[in-house]
Amino acid sequence: MHLTKEEEHLLQGERGDTLRRAMEILVALGDIYGAERLVEIKSAQIAGVSYKTIGDAGLEWISDLDGMVAVPSILNPAGMDLLRWREMSIDEDFARKQLEIIEAYRRLGVTIECTCTPYLVYESIASRGDHLAWSESSAVSYANSVIGAMTNREGGPSALAAALVGKTPLYGYHLEENRVPTHVISVETDVREYGALGFLVGKLIGEGVPLFVMRSRPDRDDMKALGAAMAASGSVALYYIKDVTQEPPRYEPSACEHIVIDEDDIMSVYDSTTDVDIVALGCPHCSLQELERIADLLEGRRVSKELWICTSRRIAESAPDLVRRIESTGARVICDTCMVVSPASERFSHMMVNSGKALAYIPGMCGIKASFGSLEECIDAATGGS
Amino acid sequence: MEIKCHRVSGGCAEGPALVTRERISFLGNVNPETGVVVDPSHELCGRSIAGAVLIFPGGKGSTVGSYVIYQLRKRGLAPAAMINLRSEPIVAVGAIISDIPLVDRVPEWILDVKDGTWIVVDAGREVVVLPDGSV
Repeated sequence: MHLTKEEEHLLQGERGDTLRRAMEILVALGDIYGAERLVEIKSAQIAGVSYKTIGDAGLEWISDLDGMVAVPSILNPAGMDLLRWREMSIDEDFARKQLEIIEAYRRLGVTIECTCTPYLVYESIASRGDHLAWSESSAVSYANSVIGAMTNREGGPSALAAALVGKTPLYGYHLEENRVPTHVISVETDVREYGALGFLVGKLIGEGVPLFVMRSRPDRDDMKALGAAMAASGSVALYYIKDVTQEPPRYEPSACEHIVIDEDDIMSVYDSTTDVDIVALGCPHCSLQELERIADLLEGRRVSKELWICTSRRIAESAPDLVRRIESTGARVICDTCMVVSPASERFSHMMVNSGKALAYIPGMCGIKASFGSLEECIDAATGGS
Repeated sequence: MEIKCHRVSGGCAEGPALVTRERISFLGNVNPETGVVVDPSHELCGRSIAGAVLIFPGGKGSTVGSYVIYQLRKRGLAPAAMINLRSEPIVAVGAIISDIPLVDRVPEWILDVKDGTWIVVDAGREVVVLPDGSV
């Protein structure tokens, strides 16, 4: 890989050990993937935040680093609401370690906003054509597909290394030649929950770049759900929707695999079970519009089961009235974390979700059952259909 | 004898070979508190990787595996060095953040080396040194 003089100096350790190691990480990844050089990034979004996922090993590594990030950098969800963790029945030991992780990131100059939807919190964090180093798979998919920015799916250390250096190796989705569609997905039915469609398609194609042709017109929240599900049930990091997203680069339709999805296929994702002990919404984190919709659906009702609504702290703090309306029904608005990465989910036995991503991850990550329903069905289940 | 290799993580270290033809997921396969392979389905199950020159095709599994390598290193339980046929990001990043020499792009017969063979991994010079006639 070609390095500039300044990059060589960093690699030789002339600006300290932390930057040397960060450069070593970037160069090693560049070599593995055949990158020609590094490219400057606009922002970083760093995974490896929840104590549940990174444990003492991750905490030790981050605490040992010494430096400052070079570009705006924010975090993935933590293992608990950083303020209201006691209400989530998080134990003191876990909370102490989690706060140590957050503190270690703060010392490195990372903005303490723990969310899988950085693009909803800071609009300037990514624009069309920007190179990024983001980790969270659903945010990577949104950045590549909806925003038209360019990022690979980074691991925690490589995203942090990119944040410290301000650059990432130029390979994968940073190059137009790797952004051409590999599958054409014809959807021959009206889509209501895009998370269900995404769950299905991610499973079918694994990795790859799907181009959807469909009559439904998804909005940004729908695309957030679609990309999140495909990145969880498969490892899709970029997709196109004809006449909705950016146009794909020139591609050869005959080289693509063609798949048809009909109503029965999508309905197979849904589960008629409502015998659950918790309902969780907000995977990925709820937008303001989604919070409004949930508040409207809950109006005049009272929850009879645990109901969590996960969102970013920024969004929740921007709408205190909405949060009050939702919580007056007995539901909880939870910030900084989610049902997938928090150990608080583990004390339940069966969770209902409206997210294809949560459906894919909850059984393995939390050891409990998960069922999928529409937003309305989820609210009905939580309120006993009242 | 010396064979050429490609440096992934710098440094020079030596130790007895511990060889597997199976990929390793450091998260789950290896106990970070003991350095022992604990996954019953792995052919190294029950063996300690501490201080060895660990020779394996490459890593797999969760990216948290990188941190597990770091944790092993801090407890003095990490391999002295590692050799892959082809490194992937999890082990590569784990080796770098832990200052463990790691090289790859070696001939496939390296997986025929007998356990316990004394091996020097000089990542700086991009060579692996084995006793003559060790394969």
